[in-house]
Amino acid sequence: MEFKTFVFYFFAAIMVFAALRVITARNPVQAALFLVLTFVSASGIWMLLQAEFLAIALVLVYVGAVMVLFLFVVMMLDINLDRVREGFWSYLPLGAIVALLMVAEMGLVLGGNYFDLFENKVPQAAADATNVMSVARLMYTDYVYPVELASVILLVGIVAAVVLTMRDRRKTKAVDPATQVIVKAKDRMRVLQMPSEKQG
Amino acid sequence: MTLAEMQFVIPDLRPASAELFMLAMACGILLVDLFVKDKKRTLTFVLTQLALLGAAVITFMTSTGEIAYTFSNMYVDDLLGDLLKLLTYLTVIVVLFYSRGYVLDRPQMAKGEYYTLTLFATLGMMVMISANHFLTVYLGLELLSLSLYALVALNRDSVQATEAAMKYFVLGALASGLLLYGMSMIYGATGTLEITAVAERLYQGQANKSILVFGLVFLVAGIAFKLGVVPFHMWIPDVYHGAPTAITLLIASAPKLAAFAIVMRMLVNGLVVLAADWQMMLIILSVLSMAIGNLAAIAQTNLKRMLAYSAISHMGFMLLGLVTGVIGGDARFALNAYSSSMFYVITYVLTSAGTFGMILLLARAGFESDLLDDFKGLNKRSPWFAAMMMMMMFSMAGVPFFVGFFAKFSVLQAVVAAGYLWLAIAAVIFSLIGAFYYLRVVKLMYFDQPNDPSPIHAPFDVKLLMSANGLAVALLGIFPQALMSICAVALLRSL
Repeated sequence: MEFKTFVFYFFAAIMVFAALRVITARNPVQAALFLVLTFVSASGIWMLLQAEFLAIALVLVYVGAVMVLFLFVVMMLDINLDRVREGFWSYLPLGAIVALLMVAEMGLVLGGNYFDLFENKVPQAAADATNVMSVARLMYTDYVYPVELASVILLVGIVAAVVLTMRDRRKTKAVDPATQVIVKAKDRMRVLQMPSEKQG
Repeated sequence: MTLAEMQFVIPDLRPASAELFMLAMACGILLVDLFVKDKKRTLTFVLTQLALLGAAVITFMTSTGEIAYTFSNMYVDDLLGDLLKLLTYLTVIVVLFYSRGYVLDRPQMAKGEYYTLTLFATLGMMVMISANHFLTVYLGLELLSLSLYALVALNRDSVQATEAAMKYFVLGALASGLLLYGMSMIYGATGTLEITAVAERLYQGQANKSILVFGLVFLVAGIAFKLGVVPFHMWIPDVYHGAPTAITLLIASAPKLAAFAIVMRMLVNGLVVLAADWQMMLIILSVLSMAIGNLAAIAQTNLKRMLAYSAISHMGFMLLGLVTGVIGGDARFALNAYSSSMFYVITYVLTSAGTFGMILLLARAGFESDLLDDFKGLNKRSPWFAAMMMMMMFSMAGVPFFVGFFAKFSVLQAVVAAGYLWLAIAAVIFSLIGAFYYLRVVKLMYFDQPNDPSPIHAPFDVKLLMSANGLAVALLGIFPQALMSICAVALLRSL
């Protein structure tokens, strides 16, 4: 067995194991961490295919940002797991039947040719360009229109998030410097004249 | 070609100038609105209408009638696109006028974002209409959908609206996933996402057929979801019912034009070689939609929900025209079939806008007027509006000499010409069943006593537009030929 093949199977085995643990782990934090392991193994496989941009992007975006955010949410919300699990066994038979049916149907449609996956060789990367450079060139030349559209979608996302979450302007407790400067002692303090009380 | 040889050529921006203008105006209005103190947001409203009007002028002026590609063939400008875009602007302008009073009565909705999100949704529709690449179809669709999800949820204090937005969002995301999966399969089989290039490779017959059909199933499922045809229709009644009526009006009108455009681009322009396969799928969707849409509408007491089921049945009817374009590899009837479908969808949008507009017109602050009972005795309160509503209902039912009748008639003659006699008979039977619930609205308006006999007040512009809308439904039914031939010419010059 070639060394590269060995590495592939190594990563693939970790990935399958971690993916299984994602759905079987009882603790959501553990599940999220196993998902991180799955992503890292997947990015390793992409490295083998010389798709270093995708590998790095996966680690940066999914592991670095999405999963960390996810962990925060899980920790903050303190979800009651027993309630989430409540319907699991009653839904399992129906869900399993539907899933098996779909797998069987897809298998029938596609037959035994497995999409000719092994006939299509991975294209060799051009010698003078890295992945990142090729992607960047394409993004800002041929694909400039979709990239701009994606940016508009993000803008809409921001606008929607703001408009849906911003309630009326909160009454802030911060001090306004201007009113502080012009304030006079007599606005703040009142000296009361009271007759002194006799002791005893 | 190595990277060093790649030269960057600035794309020709002229064909896409309307989109650029719309984007600039939407961003500009977003900023201007920050400084608007006016609670009624009159300035934002006027600027939004001007943006739509300006885009219409630009689209009209830059329309050459020739097919022009730009942005590395990802964008196409043709007569079909120009026509559908002009109709989209017109619809959105009318929608904004109809919704004005309703929005002002509800402080949660009377925000500047209502207008900017509507403009972004319009931009999404324009991108969809002009897409020549599966990626741009998808991005346009997401731009439209994301704006609509936010608009549905805009009225945050309403539990119904929040629930509708959640359902719309989750199911819409699922549908986008299906669509993307189908697109990726087609990419796998043909090696390109550009719609015209996909068509070319399919003609050459190199692509793996089983992968293509596998992808096609997902593509059709995704499209069916967006059109809202059975069995992918479950979101339609809940969203139409739960969303604020002003947003329901928006969802139920202009996006249907854009959905029609992407069906034409993806299935007819791109995958016409597979016509025998997707026509079969669409026939099933169409018959189921007409059956379930019309039968379920009978049981509704809420007018918005009833119209939602009616929308399902109308979209099913519209699909009939698309399934009769290519018969046994013979595309002789294609133009006739597709233009009758296009005529159907345009007239449906016209009628649907008027019907939801009428609900908005009767609504007041704290009163939605969306129950069938709220239309009781409308004739006593306002004979003119009752007459308009009656024309709308007659047109939707397909009563002769209203535009809906001619639309149904032209689709049916395409179906019969293609030799699907049983399909035409089924369509007629389901339309007859559907006529019952439209005519029930007319009966309520003319023969029942009103619950609230107060006369109806509406601003002058809404009265004028509503009258024009109702009269258009009647006049287009008597003189349908002009619009019909415009549709045919647009398709002829674009396919």
